[in-house]
Amino acid sequence: MTLTPAPAAVSPTLPWTRVCAVSDILPGTGVCALIDGQQVAVFHVAGRVFALGNLDPFTGVGALSRGLTGSYTRDGQTRLKVASPLLKHTFDLETGESLDTPGVRVPVYATRTEGGDVWTGSLA
Amino acid sequence: MTPTQAPSTPHVVIIGSGMVGHRLVEQLRAQASAQALNITVLSEESRLAYDRVHLSSHLDDPQPDLSLATDADYAAQGVNVVYGRATDVNLETREVTVAGRTLTYDALVFATGSVPFVPPVPGKEASGCFVYRTLDDLDAIRAAARAARTGVVIGGGLLGLEAAGALRKLGLDTHVVEFAPHLMPAQLDAEGGATLRRTIEGMGIGVHTDKATEAITAHEHGHVTGLNFTDGTRLETDLVVFSAGIRPRDDLARQTGLGVGERGGIQIDDTGRTDDPHVYAVGECALHDGRIYGLVAPGYQMAKATATNVLRDLGVLSGEPLHFRGADLSTKLKLLGVEVGSFGDARGVTPGCRTVSLSDNVRGTYSKLVVSADGSRVLGGLLVGDTARYSDLLDLTLSGTPLTVPPETLIVPPLPGGAVMTSADALICSCENVRESALCAAIGDGARDVASLKKCTGAGTGCGGCVPSMHGLLQTELRRLGEVVTNHLCEHFPYSRQELFDLIRVRDLATWDEVLAAHGTGLGCEICKPTVGSILASLHNELVVAPPHAPLQDTNDAFLANIQKNGTYSVMPRVPGGEITADGLIAIGAVAKRFGLYCKITGGQRIDLLGAHRDDLPAIWEDLIAAGFESGHAYGKSLRTVKSCVGSTWCRYGVQDSTSLAVRLELRYRGLRSPHKLKSGVSGCTRECAEARSKDFGIIATDRGWNVYVGGNGGVTPRHAVLLASDLSEDEVITLLDRYLMYYVRTADRLQRTSTWLENLDGGLEYLKAVIIDDHLGICAELEAGMERHVGTYQDEWAAAVADPSIRARFRTFVNSDARDEGVQWVDERGQIRPAFDHELTPLPMAGGDD
Repeated sequence: MTLTPAPAAVSPTLPWTRVCAVSDILPGTGVCALIDGQQVAVFHVAGRVFALGNLDPFTGVGALSRGLTGSYTRDGQTRLKVASPLLKHTFDLETGESLDTPGVRVPVYATRTEGGDVWTGSLA
Repeated sequence: MTPTQAPSTPHVVIIGSGMVGHRLVEQLRAQASAQALNITVLSEESRLAYDRVHLSSHLDDPQPDLSLATDADYAAQGVNVVYGRATDVNLETREVTVAGRTLTYDALVFATGSVPFVPPVPGKEASGCFVYRTLDDLDAIRAAARAARTGVVIGGGLLGLEAAGALRKLGLDTHVVEFAPHLMPAQLDAEGGATLRRTIEGMGIGVHTDKATEAITAHEHGHVTGLNFTDGTRLETDLVVFSAGIRPRDDLARQTGLGVGERGGIQIDDTGRTDDPHVYAVGECALHDGRIYGLVAPGYQMAKATATNVLRDLGVLSGEPLHFRGADLSTKLKLLGVEVGSFGDARGVTPGCRTVSLSDNVRGTYSKLVVSADGSRVLGGLLVGDTARYSDLLDLTLSGTPLTVPPETLIVPPLPGGAVMTSADALICSCENVRESALCAAIGDGARDVASLKKCTGAGTGCGGCVPSMHGLLQTELRRLGEVVTNHLCEHFPYSRQELFDLIRVRDLATWDEVLAAHGTGLGCEICKPTVGSILASLHNELVVAPPHAPLQDTNDAFLANIQKNGTYSVMPRVPGGEITADGLIAIGAVAKRFGLYCKITGGQRIDLLGAHRDDLPAIWEDLIAAGFESGHAYGKSLRTVKSCVGSTWCRYGVQDSTSLAVRLELRYRGLRSPHKLKSGVSGCTRECAEARSKDFGIIATDRGWNVYVGGNGGVTPRHAVLLASDLSEDEVITLLDRYLMYYVRTADRLQRTSTWLENLDGGLEYLKAVIIDDHLGICAELEAGMERHVGTYQDEWAAAVADPSIRARFRTFVNSDARDEGVQWVDERGQIRPAFDHELTPLPMAGGDD
């Protein structure tokens, strides 16, 4: 079996939307939000909030929000990542880049927190 | 003698404080307190018992503490010590004389061991000649080595090679001289000896076989200068170590008038008794059934039997005597870093036997099997250079199990990934078509972990089934390249799983945050988080989905169900022992119908319900819980099932009630988080319908009780479980399994099944037996207590999760909508659902998922 990443899906720009309260996301984990029919994975890691497309490009399954988060080191810098629960492919939380296959990336959306609420916005 | 003891307390005097003598003390004390039994040990050496098996490590830096007993230990146990050599024994008055004192005994045990045999070669008294037996010998050799350049060991047997290792450590140009045509003549055949020789010569040690020493030459001051051989050749040296075998120390027994063998050794019967009813002998000084045992394991067996029999004879214990009926001389050891194993009829002396062998002069390995003439049973064998299969082959030899495969296949080296392969360059990753050579090339180019191997070769990025093989190949290749191979969990924790387990246990850490702060760096990752989550669960047994632990869990543990290829989950209720009522079957069917689930009977005798949406899981569980079910932990690295046959309850062949034992075991160990999944089986007779020997722990009925097998599995590399103990009662089975499972949980590597764990355990099955049966490390009580704690704190995770609204909230597909995942689409096949393949998917978006 060969798994090839799905062709880059059209990632529409999304409007700023209130997703949930920060307290709805257990620190270190993610949730999935449905915004304009799009699945967006929203993570609460190390006191910050990140939003990525939920679709794992290697399996075509909406699952990234259920992945384990963590850190890795690149060029001496500590960066954040998430591992898809399906086949453990990892992605940078800030850039959406695949850490396994160069050139593959998932869309990244802007985020902000306001009065204890998490908002996501357009493609970053 | 201690004056506080009542005069009526029986007194055991043990002559000698070696490994076996010490084991005897331990065995006596374990069964009789200081109030019940007075023990005196006579030690000729200035130190008490120490580990002679690892004598050469005395030369290591730092120097390990080899002592097995100290004065303080013995004092604390009420064991008296008299330093000195016993010079006289009076059997009439039951008195022994030592260091000018006379002690009265009720039982006397000779544990005098052996002395090195020094052949009667002219010149053997020259200075610079040594024997290799005690720590004092080693200290003397070390002192002499400072002024020496070359060292020769006379004797190329097991001990001789140990001694050669010691001389090499001391920096001497080292040679071994053997009288026989090849090394280790007592254990090996010519080809095995030649294989060992090549490897040892490769280390720079000179090997001289077929050489008889005629004389040892010395210069005028009496210091050794070399050896002259009978064939006219000569070897220059300034240090000689004799290691030409051992002789039992029976001089005192002989002088006392006890029966000794023609070629030495104090004669004993099966109970360890000599021909005097109050005198016993154990270990290397004892002659049992015409044999002297020079290995420690048979000595320990003698000590065990003799301890019980001494106590029985003194009226301290009641019950049956224990018998020593001789021991198997199979052995596995590491000499100069070379693994050597010899078992059963290793040299093929059984009339009409057939041998098959495989020799590899580059890898430096040699394997030989001796099989019955018809090839149906293994009688013995030899392994040099690689003893990975020792336990399995020994088990086949001792059990006499009829072979189901041609014998030669048993010694072919394991193929990477366990796949059946004929080409030398094995295909490791069949998804990406990556061969071993490509991976090795990538390692040669600098890849140092599996992640970078994945990146450069693509291997392991498909189904991922080859990742364990990649790990193995990486370790092997790095070792071959002489690189330091670490067993660190990941970049965040510079420890192996076992080390981390001990740190968490000893420091009593309770949460991920505490563990990371104390021992880790960064924020963790998908490797260390579940590992720490599992360790915390093994130790504290708190709910894995409780807030402090939930972020550590892989999706299966996080949602207490098994994720499938399309992101939905499967649900498996526990069916202990595979026993289920009609109402239970109906209830499971009703749940499947209500939630539209696909049903499949599993190999573990239960029912899998697939295709559950995450948001349906709590409701599915509620229905199952109402019908009396609980979580089956199919998602956890934990106990899965205990499979069983119907046993003596129904089967006309059954000899024990296997179903009841299976139910009892499954309910006892359910929920135990472990390094990997655990499977078990219980068969009611030797026909083995429950396939117990393919399990991590399998129990097979005999007409006298239960046999316990451990370390089996199916999967990529199938393994048969090996026999750990025989003819146990149900309660004994439980105690032994409590210890086994807890010891595995504590010491195995991450994702290491019991089979590989056992294989990698230094000392293998014998060591495991020493730890969990003989309590060699003194941790059995602690292991049992750990399991009791687990059993006492067990709770059903499904019930706990559905009862907690904050946990239930996590099962929503979307945090901001009640919609379902439209990416999940089903197709009908044979009357049930299955996930749609890519080409069958309806383009998104569409209105509502078809569920």
